[in-house]
Amino acid sequence: MSESRIVPKPSVGWGRRLLGWIDARFPLTKLWQSQVSEYYAPINFNFWYFFGSLALLVLINQIVTGIFLAMSYQPNTHLAFGSIQYIMRDVHWGWLLRYMHTTGASLFFVVIYLHMFRGLLYGSYKKPRELLWILGMLIYVCLMAEAFMGYLMPWGQMSYWGAVVITSLFGAIPWIGSHLVIWIRGDFGVSGATLNRFFALHVVAIPLLLVFLVLCHLMALHEVGSNNPDGIEIHENLDQNGKPVDGVPFHPYYTVKDLFGVGVFLIIFAIIVFYAPTLKGIFIDPINYKPANFLQTPPDIHPLWYFTPYYAILRSFPNKLFGVSAFMLAVVVLFFLPWIDRHPIKSVRYRAPFYRILLLVFAATFLFLGYIGMQPATLFWQKIGLRMAELYFLFFVTAWTYARSPGNRRLIVTFALALAAILWIDWRFYLPSIASLIWWTLLIPVGYLILFFLVPLLWPGGMRDRSVPTRVTL
Amino acid sequence: MMKMSYRIGLLALGGIIGLGLAAPRGEAVKLSGYPLQKAPINLTDTASLQRGARTFVNYCMGCHTLQYQRWSELGHRLDLNNRALRELMFLQTKPSEMMTNAMPALEATRWFGAAPPDLSVIVDEKGSSWVYTYLRSFYVDPRRPTGVNNAAFYRVAMPDPFWQTQGLQKIVYRKIRRDGGWVYRFVKFAPVTDGTRSPQAFQRQVGNLTNFLTAVSHPDELKRIHLGVWVIAFCVVFTVLAYALKREFWKDVHRKHPDAK
Repeated sequence: MSESRIVPKPSVGWGRRLLGWIDARFPLTKLWQSQVSEYYAPINFNFWYFFGSLALLVLINQIVTGIFLAMSYQPNTHLAFGSIQYIMRDVHWGWLLRYMHTTGASLFFVVIYLHMFRGLLYGSYKKPRELLWILGMLIYVCLMAEAFMGYLMPWGQMSYWGAVVITSLFGAIPWIGSHLVIWIRGDFGVSGATLNRFFALHVVAIPLLLVFLVLCHLMALHEVGSNNPDGIEIHENLDQNGKPVDGVPFHPYYTVKDLFGVGVFLIIFAIIVFYAPTLKGIFIDPINYKPANFLQTPPDIHPLWYFTPYYAILRSFPNKLFGVSAFMLAVVVLFFLPWIDRHPIKSVRYRAPFYRILLLVFAATFLFLGYIGMQPATLFWQKIGLRMAELYFLFFVTAWTYARSPGNRRLIVTFALALAAILWIDWRFYLPSIASLIWWTLLIPVGYLILFFLVPLLWPGGMRDRSVPTRVTL
Repeated sequence: MMKMSYRIGLLALGGIIGLGLAAPRGEAVKLSGYPLQKAPINLTDTASLQRGARTFVNYCMGCHTLQYQRWSELGHRLDLNNRALRELMFLQTKPSEMMTNAMPALEATRWFGAAPPDLSVIVDEKGSSWVYTYLRSFYVDPRRPTGVNNAAFYRVAMPDPFWQTQGLQKIVYRKIRRDGGWVYRFVKFAPVTDGTRSPQAFQRQVGNLTNFLTAVSHPDELKRIHLGVWVIAFCVVFTVLAYALKREFWKDVHRKHPDAK
């Protein structure tokens, strides 16, 4: 009978043998299992959870296209502008590489801002993920430096004057400021020395730092586990095998899901790269098609859209040191978010209605600041910018107050203190010629304060949190 | 001789207009809210691009360069054979060279106050509508050293290259009081002399020139538009497959968590 035939023992294939050889010398399978195929992620990730993997994708895009651009780019004040046109015209697929790099730069910030907002929505910075958040913030700051220095590369008018403005900010620091500016620029003005050092930093130093920080960010994430839209720790509810009941292995479940996210992202990316690479001047500023001219200042100097929220804060103070401090503080304060919003409930889903409104208003404030930063620096936009900057910082004050379900007295005291601070700024920068502008725009922060500190007195229900379920919901 | 008499006439006319219109002495009129007209851009219209190239080398290239545009590339782009391309190349340059001219930048700065800019990426910088409008917006202004000013470019240093083809025109504007100062609102241009071309023919000429400059500024545009469809189609297929794969894998998650959507 056929069953009685001796079946030869299946031999181990060469692939398995190679893997065995490697595993005896390097923890390849161990790494793969611990970090990917047996890393348990919550089952209830939603739309907001696509942006982590997308950020990684864009980082790789920037590095790969950047390598090829660097092969034809000339970091020299006489050649830089022309070498970009050489890439656009004479280098095979040079136009595609350049547009992928410029579009990637902008979409990097889109992805990162959405990724950060996800953190805000679901309290992903709260214990035990404080360090994860700080590492993410460090990546964000590196990314800002990377983008700023990369923007000098085309040596266009906006490259040049943007670099002049931003490097001059360091001059506002008392005592050492003017020396610091020269040290950073490597010259008395932005020049070839600046271009060369920015090139070195842009293509070598900061990318290395970015990749290192991204690795740290991932290691920290995999140590503490992913948060989720419900803000519940899935590792507190394990099955008999010690695996989270509400978790699935990252691979294959989230690799295939992220692949879908990548597909949607690539469609948007391709539409921009092929049909709107400058995105009506938002992704590539038309003024930057004029070669840098240090004798001719453009009528409006403004950075690309991803810096305009901070730029609006910077410009809104008539005093340079004040503006620079506010600008720095606007970034630094984000590092401290885990200790500002100490509320025990992580997810916005179960936070009180007022907190949800607060978060929405904060997102709107940030977007509006971005819009203001693109407008010409008129007194009107400066004042509106100041009011929006006040709302930006008031978010943190309000989040701090809301963190420990405040009593009426605390709400009123905080209201009074915040109002005093705002009035002090108005008194400090009072100009009789724009008195009416100051008074009517004062309604913006005052309205904000009334909404978040006085209306809760009338509607205590709006301050009540919802009960957090014990299991994740889908 | 012909040119000389034109110039005298121009100055005389300028004087009359200068007296006739109320404008601050010695100060050119800065218009507010001058509308831009949309340029007739069609990058697949090779005949239009060829005519634009001819206008460029005849009217612009004495002063302006296209230093990032190669002659040979222009030949390919405009579907010109070697002889036709040679006809555009006045200077004895090789087709592999860039479209430069013989004007020394330092001298040019002395003559005009500013060296005529390179126009390789002018449409990227200013937009095709601006170029199209600007080229037709010169008007007689005796306060300017060149005798002309431009409604789209306050105190322009460039002389009107089309003063013969278009004919001279004067500007009609309204003076409006606003915020304690005077604002000049554009009304219309009124012809002063007839051009060698009809207004329609001149408009077409400038349209072709703008089209040509747009093609020079956007060397990648046609390639981009043709390739983009395929790339996006690939991404869509990829996304659909990825979604199907995701659904298939997630079936067992939904089995394990029946309350899940």
